[in-house]
Amino acid sequence: MSQDAFDAPPLSQRPEGLEVPSARPGRSAESRSHRAGAEHQEALGFPSDIPDDWQDRALARMEELLARNRSLRVYLDACVHCGACADKCHFYLGTGDPRNMPVGRQDLMRDVYRRHFTPAGRSFPALVRGRELTWDVLEEWFTYFHQCTQCRRCSVFCPYGIDTAEISMAAREILDATGLGQKYTNEIIGKVHKVGNNLGLPKPALEDTVEGLEEDLKDETGHDIRIPVDEVGADVLLITPSADFFAEPHVDGLMGYAKVFHQAGLSWTLSSYASEAANFAMFMGSYEHMKRIAERIRKAALDLEVKRIVVGECGHAWRVAYSFWNTLAGIGQGADADDEYARALQDQLDRRYPVPQHICEMTRDLVERGAIELDPEANAHHGGVTFHDSCNVARASRMGGYAGGQLEIPRQLLRASVPHFHEMADGTTGDATFCCGGGGGLLTDEVMELRVRGAYPRASALGEVMERQGVQKMAAICAICKTQFAKVLPYYGIPRETVISLHELVGNAVRLDRTEA
Amino acid sequence: MAIQVNGTTIPTDEEGYIEDLNLWSPEVAELMAQEDGQELTEQHWEVINFLREYYDEYQIAPAVRVLTKQIGKRLGPEKGNSKYLYELFPYGPAKQACRYAGLPKPTGCV
Repeated sequence: MSQDAFDAPPLSQRPEGLEVPSARPGRSAESRSHRAGAEHQEALGFPSDIPDDWQDRALARMEELLARNRSLRVYLDACVHCGACADKCHFYLGTGDPRNMPVGRQDLMRDVYRRHFTPAGRSFPALVRGRELTWDVLEEWFTYFHQCTQCRRCSVFCPYGIDTAEISMAAREILDATGLGQKYTNEIIGKVHKVGNNLGLPKPALEDTVEGLEEDLKDETGHDIRIPVDEVGADVLLITPSADFFAEPHVDGLMGYAKVFHQAGLSWTLSSYASEAANFAMFMGSYEHMKRIAERIRKAALDLEVKRIVVGECGHAWRVAYSFWNTLAGIGQGADADDEYARALQDQLDRRYPVPQHICEMTRDLVERGAIELDPEANAHHGGVTFHDSCNVARASRMGGYAGGQLEIPRQLLRASVPHFHEMADGTTGDATFCCGGGGGLLTDEVMELRVRGAYPRASALGEVMERQGVQKMAAICAICKTQFAKVLPYYGIPRETVISLHELVGNAVRLDRTEA
Repeated sequence: MAIQVNGTTIPTDEEGYIEDLNLWSPEVAELMAQEDGQELTEQHWEVINFLREYYDEYQIAPAVRVLTKQIGKRLGPEKGNSKYLYELFPYGPAKQACRYAGLPKPTGCV
């Protein structure tokens, strides 16, 4: 494992118009995720082995999904193979494998749909390019639907708005139902159900970890800055990815949140029961598991009697929180009359604040009303800084209650926190942002070559702005992006330390001179 | 998958982490390091031993900050940082050192 058997492609000097590789069928067929073993399948209620009637089960599940998600049927019907998506996926640009063209990936399911679910396909499959769902086809699904980070860049460019992420989520649901789960995602969801976070970090370890961080904050600032756990009656419950407790550069972001809370005089707490913002069940499309994970957060909010729920730096978590928490667990507005817990929570929460609220939104508001003050010179030693838009934030959510707020608010914070901010090339940011290459359940080492190749468009844009503007840091607001970049950027000759948490920069800039009342 | 140590077969998962923590012995770490073309020094052993002590107490590997701080205490403050740990374990201190120490792989966005 110390020697990688592949080289990263050379960085492009023209990140705004990357050269489109010629198609190399099968180029990334070997990049396969590990299959979930019996233990990790059973924990989620999926078959522990391949059942004899796997084909019936797969088609039955597909039929259910087609009936439940009308969008799925529309996406499978609507494509006219115009080619607009062909060069938009970071994995196609990095590997040249035509199954990594969004249309190529979608067709894996579309051809099966035509064969089994359209009248013409049932009678004359060859005429409509129908494909029988054989075991080999299912294996191909497993490979290539786990080469999609569900970043939805392709859907921005599709004239019909076809969302490959939704097709890939449906495919993974079908695979799970046939016993072909993915180890990385399923093992993690099992840990969240059991312990409360992706790491499996139990309460004593969480407490020990944050205690150490409080000491570090004291040493660094001279102030008693707290990171409270399970404090009943706190105003704000912070739901943040568990990587913020564990990894670098994430932990510096957590310490940044703590500085903001401290300086603004807000009472806040973490929950040891719901110590995870991530909701990996979205990656496999499972409504049931998404709901179970979201309900932990509702329970924590009720038990801790908080007034507000704020979400830390985690990309897909913010999508789930912003778009789905309300229907999954009543964290929002408008609970059904018989939904006792959702009604209780909605009565409890302070309606003057968005429910839920993103940490960037919270901090920006504190800056705007003068509750905290930022000094950009505190980050002068970092030189120029750029910003990586995380796909799920940029393309699947909002902040601040208006379209585009999710792009503007993090930048407003960054501009107020650093002396020199520079954008990466046009066409690589905002809603056209390139994925880090590790989202959607692919942040696992057995697909390292794929991860490195998938980061090629972003690494090119980063390399270019580093050269053009002397940028030294790239801020991110997603735990997956941070880990992925720290791992793969060195393959491109860019130092691991280049990626940084947005709230580390904010934390450096916060003036900690509030006098205690 | 499995590794052979002193005539005993020790099962591992697909990524080379041993499945039963009780079957670990220092020879396991030596063998894994050898396969990676690495030699374990006294400094590596400080890390591995601390990981095992921490795991015994908390049933989880320590966070990177907890680890760097402890290594700073044991080996000197100039070594209490992740840059030093990456020098010892180039594949990443969390994953590579945990594997040598017989701990499960840290999971999640790490």
